[in-house]
Parts: sequence; structure tokens; C-alpha cells
Amino acid sequence: MSAQYEMLDREVAQGFRQRFSQFREHRPHLFLLALMVIVPLFFMDLVTWVTLTVSGLAMGLMLFIMASGMTLTFGLMSVLNLGHGAFISLGAFSGATVIVFWMGDLAGSGSLGATMLALLAAFVFAMAVAGSLGLLFERFVIRPVYGDHLKQILVTVGGAIIIMELIHVIWGPNEIPVPRPNLLRGAVILDDAVPLIGGVAVETYRLAAVLLGLLVYAVMSWVIDRTKAGILIRAGVESTEMVEVMGYRIKLLFLGVFIAGSALAGLGGAMWSMYQEIITAHMGETLMISVIVVIILGGLGSIKGCFYGAILVGLINLYVGYLAPVFAAIATVGLMVAILMWRPQGLIPVIKV
Amino acid sequence: MSEPILTLSGVHADIDQYHILHGVDLQVPRGELTVLLGRNGAGKSTTMRTIMGLTRLRRGEVRFNGESIGGLPTPEIARRGIAFVPENMGIFALLSVRENMELAANSGPIDESRLEWIFRLFPPLKRFWNRSAGNLSGGQKQMLAIARAIIEPRELLLVDEPTKGLAPAIISDLVGAFEELKAQQATILLVEQNFNFSRRLGKSVAVMDDGRIVYTGQMADLAEDDDLQKELLGLSLGAHA
Repeated sequence: MSAQYEMLDREVAQGFRQRFSQFREHRPHLFLLALMVIVPLFFMDLVTWVTLTVSGLAMGLMLFIMASGMTLTFGLMSVLNLGHGAFISLGAFSGATVIVFWMGDLAGSGSLGATMLALLAAFVFAMAVAGSLGLLFERFVIRPVYGDHLKQILVTVGGAIIIMELIHVIWGPNEIPVPRPNLLRGAVILDDAVPLIGGVAVETYRLAAVLLGLLVYAVMSWVIDRTKAGILIRAGVESTEMVEVMGYRIKLLFLGVFIAGSALAGLGGAMWSMYQEIITAHMGETLMISVIVVIILGGLGSIKGCFYGAILVGLINLYVGYLAPVFAAIATVGLMVAILMWRPQGLIPVIKV
Repeated sequence: MSEPILTLSGVHADIDQYHILHGVDLQVPRGELTVLLGRNGAGKSTTMRTIMGLTRLRRGEVRFNGESIGGLPTPEIARRGIAFVPENMGIFALLSVRENMELAANSGPIDESRLEWIFRLFPPLKRFWNRSAGNLSGGQKQMLAIARAIIEPRELLLVDEPTKGLAPAIISDLVGAFEELKAQQATILLVEQNFNFSRRLGKSVAVMDDGRIVYTGQMADLAEDDDLQKELLGLSLGAHA
């Protein structure tokens, strides 16, 4: 009897191992995400873990918004736009102009309607400014260097320097403080009576950033998965030539994606400005390291990969920053190296024909 | 011979530093299936790609419906009514069969009755309609590639080696599909290496060698002339029948 049970146990264990390895190979993004959120639980109490996880999600989702445009422009036309960070800075300054200078009273009023209006105006303005400049940037900086990565790196870095100097000219050389709207200051604190996670305090702004980030991802997923423009983008990432053979102008599609990507970088910058509460013209440049890591480890050209990559980067930053602050600076790059050693093509690679 | 829908005159084209087409002269008659034969490397695929604007036309003229299309961008050429099925089929592997077809119908939503007709020609497409195209077999991918090209009525179909690497049973399905297209008076330019397949379908034939057209005529004449086949193609069609 016991021998039979042992055999049964072995079969169950074998089946579990098989399912686990299938899960790891077919859903690497979910496997890593689960690993990333479960392991820190052994090194901290639940309340700290919840706080760090929500903050990590907020950071990750803002990174996703900033990086999504860059991964698509690379996936679609193999364009390396190292000037993408300048659009993040530009969005931050444009958003701050609305929230601090033009609508400061509304943002400070404490009323929900007024705060929402000020935030909406700031985000729309940031997207409009970054998107419009994206149009000019694509037309005059990127288009002459299609197909040549070295020239792309040189001219986009040059273009970014010009944009950053323009920011200095318009907004001055000093950093600008960006106070959060009154309603988004402080933290949401869970009642002590709540079992297990009672007393958890999460900054209101981070919670709002998570919600907005998820909303942007949902809208973007809908566009990419359900609309004809989205099908065209996914098709273009696989083969630009066949998209043209079917009668669609890939350059026009790319221009649209570039403008949308720049606008999203602007939105991410505006959100980031209130997250950090201070902005400089070089903030986008600093963030580019994380953005590049996100798009590489997600799989170049993949929106879903970019989403999970960004969340992983956000989470590891917060967890390592808490557990081993001395390693915080190398955590992001360390994560990328580890993932690329496992999956050199990134988490969710896109096939390029 | 009916009036040609497509005329190539003295077409020269390069791929990188290599001069591939050395003055191609070709006429594709309207409403017929024309086969373009030739050895590997003769320039057949480059001719197709040059017609589509995918390889740059260096010299010469490509006229479609009496208008010059040489040098136009590929999407503009496609919009004038030319569909192209490349040698590698160009399937969007990460898209579903449905999405592949929706993209191919570039003038609007898919016409349901035409889709039903395509499902009758290629039943597997209906079965795998919502599946990822990358999971289809080689033959099913070729069916999808051809289905995309005919989802809307086109004036000219360019099909590059549709039988490459396919099992005989699948090839006979393709013959059936091409027969039906021929019955509808579709104009097709077909590049092939499978002589038996092309002999069953082609009315006119052109043979290429070294970047030029070296023979044009009726397929029936070429199929009966073993010496001519050996001279042009280095082998005999009869041996492959």
C-alpha cells in the first residue's frame, strides 16, 4: 500500500514540476512578477511589503508610460531614439506650468472637481506639447536617418540637447519645485482593525499614479488589440514591407506612433514631476537609463513586455532600496543582466521577419 | 493575344551592389495566368519585387493599365490593384488569421460573401479563423497568403513560388484554387519552379535567364517541345509530369 502511495506522490510531484516549468517557459513575465513580489515577503513585514509594492507599482507604471512609445518606435521602424528623454522633461515642464503657474489656485483648492480639472489640463497640455514637438522631431531629425543606427544615435542625442537647452531658455536654468495638488498630498492609511495589513500607509499620489497607469495600459491594450490601427502597428513590428505591400503607408503609421509615443513620454514626465516634486531639464536624461532597461528586458517592440518590464524595474527599485540601499543604484541594471542571461530576446519578444 | 495589363520594358534593377535585372521585357496579358519560369538566381523574384516597388527600378519602364508605375511607392502600387504574395508568404505570425485578412481588405470591412467563397476554396482558414497565423502549417500559411491577396478583387495577382516546400496533396488544393481564379478571369503572374504545377495552370509563359527574358510564348508550345525546355531550363518538363 505504502509503495503505491509513494508512487502516487512521485507522479503528483512530477506533474507539478512539469506544470511549473511550462508556466516558467510560456509565461516568463508572470513567473518573474510572482517571484519578484513573493521573495521580499520573507525579508520584511506585511505592512512594509504592501507600502513598497504599491510604490513600486506606481513607479513602474509611470516608467511604462514613458517607455511605451520608445519600444514601439524601435519595433516598428528600428529607430533608436535616444532623445526620447527630452520629451519626458518637456512634458514635466509643460505639466508643471499648468499645475503650478496657470492653475495653481485650482490645484491648491482641495476640491475634487477643481483638482481633477487642473490635473487633466496639465496632462493634456504636457501631451500636446510633447506630441507636437514629436511631429517636428520625426519629420526633421529622424526621417533623414532611417535605417542607420549610428546616425540615429548621434542626431537624436543632438536633438535632445537642443530640446533641453530650449527648456533652459523658456523655464530658466534652475530646478522648479512642483507641489502636488492638495488633494493628492498625504497618505491613505488603512484602519488598524483591518486584519494583517491594518495601519498600512500609502501615499495618495502613488495610488492615483497606479490607477492612472493601469487606465493608460488598458486603453493602450484596447487600441493595440482591438482597433485596425493597432493591428497595423503589430503587423508593422513584424514586417514593414508586407504592410506596404497591402497598401498602407508605413511612414505615416510610424509618424502617428512617434507622435503618440512622444505624447505619452510627456504624460509620464508630467506624472513623474509630481511624484518627485522637483524638476530639472536633465530629469528625462536620468530616467532614460531605466527606460532603456525596461524596453530591452521587456523585448523590443512589445507593449506587453514593456508593461511587465516596467513593473519589475519599479518593484526591484523599491524592494532593494529598502532591504539593501547600497545596491539600489545597480539593482535595475542587475535585473536586466539576469533576465537577458535567461532570455536574451527579452521577456515577450516580437518576431521580426 | 489580349491587351497586356502589365508591361515591363528594358527594366534594370540592383540589389545592393549586384546588378540583377539586365533589361527585362515582359508583357502580362489581361485575364490570363502567365507563368514566369527560370533557374535559381535568374531574377524572377527580383522582377516581382521591382514591379511592386520593393526593389528600386534603376532604368526602364513598368506600365500598369497604361500608366507608368515604376518608381512609385509600394503602397501606391498596391492601391492601384496589384496584390503580391512573396516567396516567404509574408504572413504576420503574431496576428490571428482574421486579423491578417482584415488588414488585407484595405478598402474597408471584409465582404462576407467573398469571405465565404474563400472559405470554400481554403476550408482550414475558417477552422483556424481566430488562431494565431504563426501556428498554421506551411500549406495553411500559403492558403492564407493567397487568401489575403484575393480578399478584395484585384486587377493583378503576383504570386512567387506558391508550391515551395509544400506536400503534393496541398499543391493539388492550390491548383484547384488557381483553376477557380482562372475561371473568374483573374490576371495572374506566377513565378514557379514546379514545372508540372505551372504547366497545368499557365496559358502564357516567359522564361528568364541571367536577368533577361529569353523566351515568351504559349505554355502548350513549350510543354510539347522537349528540346526547347532543355535549352531554356536545363531539363525537360516531361520528366516531371
